[in-house]
Amino acid sequence: MLPEDRKYSKEHEWVKAEGGRGTVGITDYAQKQLGDVVYVELPEVGKKLSSMQVFGTIESVKAVSELFCPVSGEVVEVNGTVVDKPELVNSDPYGKAWLLVVAIENEGELSSLMTAAEYQVYLDQEGTG
Amino acid sequence: MSTSDSPLKRTPLFDLHRELGARIIDFAGYEMPVEFGGVVEEHLRVRTKAGLFDVSHMGEFFVFGAEGESFLQKLTPNDVSRLAIGQAQYSALTTETGTFVDDLLVSRTGESRFLVVVNASNVEKDFAWMESRRPSGASLVNASDDYALLALQGPQSEAILRPLTDVDLGAMKYYRFAQGRVLGEAATVSRTGYTGEDGFEILVDAGAGEKVARGLLERGASRGIAPIGLAARDTLRLEAKLALYGNDIDEDHSVLEADLEWIVKWQKGDFVGREALARQKEEGVARKLVGFEMVDRGIARHGYPVFASGSPSDTVTSGSFAPYLKKNIGLAYLPAASSAPGSEIEIDIRGRRAKAVVVPTPFYKRERK
Repeated sequence: MLPEDRKYSKEHEWVKAEGGRGTVGITDYAQKQLGDVVYVELPEVGKKLSSMQVFGTIESVKAVSELFCPVSGEVVEVNGTVVDKPELVNSDPYGKAWLLVVAIENEGELSSLMTAAEYQVYLDQEGTG
Repeated sequence: MSTSDSPLKRTPLFDLHRELGARIIDFAGYEMPVEFGGVVEEHLRVRTKAGLFDVSHMGEFFVFGAEGESFLQKLTPNDVSRLAIGQAQYSALTTETGTFVDDLLVSRTGESRFLVVVNASNVEKDFAWMESRRPSGASLVNASDDYALLALQGPQSEAILRPLTDVDLGAMKYYRFAQGRVLGEAATVSRTGYTGEDGFEILVDAGAGEKVARGLLERGASRGIAPIGLAARDTLRLEAKLALYGNDIDEDHSVLEADLEWIVKWQKGDFVGREALARQKEEGVARKLVGFEMVDRGIARHGYPVFASGSPSDTVTSGSFAPYLKKNIGLAYLPAASSAPGSEIEIDIRGRRAKAVVVPTPFYKRERK
């Protein structure tokens, strides 16, 4: 089941908005596609990101994948724990493996992202397409 | 990636891979399992217990006839005349310039009968290369589709296989083989592999492949055996610094540059590429394949640019996170001056220069009994 307290992007990131701040991570589907995650590279606090800008890299043993920020804003926190323990992305993608927090610049951007139900439909289509 | 229009081939174990939940990819024209559970877990299992690999995609040629031995002597740098019946050797098909048409395993199965195992991606190229140089007194047969080849690798391999075969495994040394039965099926069992661990490769008729694989997985379960995919095969061989054709060795780099001079037996007489290699040896090689370890964060991958003493050098031939060593390692051809262990180099990781250091290889070496 997909957590319903957040929004989802077509690139398989999630963002959970609370009090003007958005916590960003990748979805369970994304971590399964990647396989064992062994490396995560995140930006510095203070970096300004526009929506769908690349903010980092995530690597499994076999693949390199770019991370896209679903909403615009300044990075106010990054998860150092996941940098030291990349395997958390596989074991807890919606929890301990959050990647960063941005100060959301434009709450309106959230409405263009998918709800859990919409993302599920999107995944079902990807699976069969 | 294959770009040909021909349909992908399947090994005799394809249905079993699907049943076991493998993620399937296209590799060398075959639908092959890349991973079953997770590459890290599979890698560690082979280092600590045992794993079963389907390597049926590899090519098997038979060479026989009065001129069979001299034919192979001419095409490969290693000394075929030293092989006793029941013995195998790592070697190569070399070009006139001493580079690799392919790397391969030559086994003497009879007085003048040999089994040659080649890379899946090179079966057609190798066969054409050999056939066009074959003397009338030697026969060459491509039997690649007739066999299933299983690799049982890891410290528990002998304990798993012993009760299932009449082959005397205890007496079998590294790079030796014997014919007998495994789970009732006629098999050639060799003490060889591509992981840096002890283990065996088991060659059976294509029709018996699935039965033998199932039997090994069932009977070896209590000793921790599991199926292993190509992804872990690649990380295992890299930790052991075993070259991968198309990455680390190819038609552009010589046997000496690849640091494989040990397969060149200078005293044996002439072979294709001998002259070029002898000249290289005399003059000294300009570049050499070495192992490196990342110092800065980041994973070096195949094709990433390398800088030695600030100047662009070759590119990374193989690079990965090493699951057992828990380091980021790789291989690259470096100028002789920068190839000694301790030499500092830089890898361009998607636009960022990251420091790495040349280290002694193999990265991983198992403790031998």
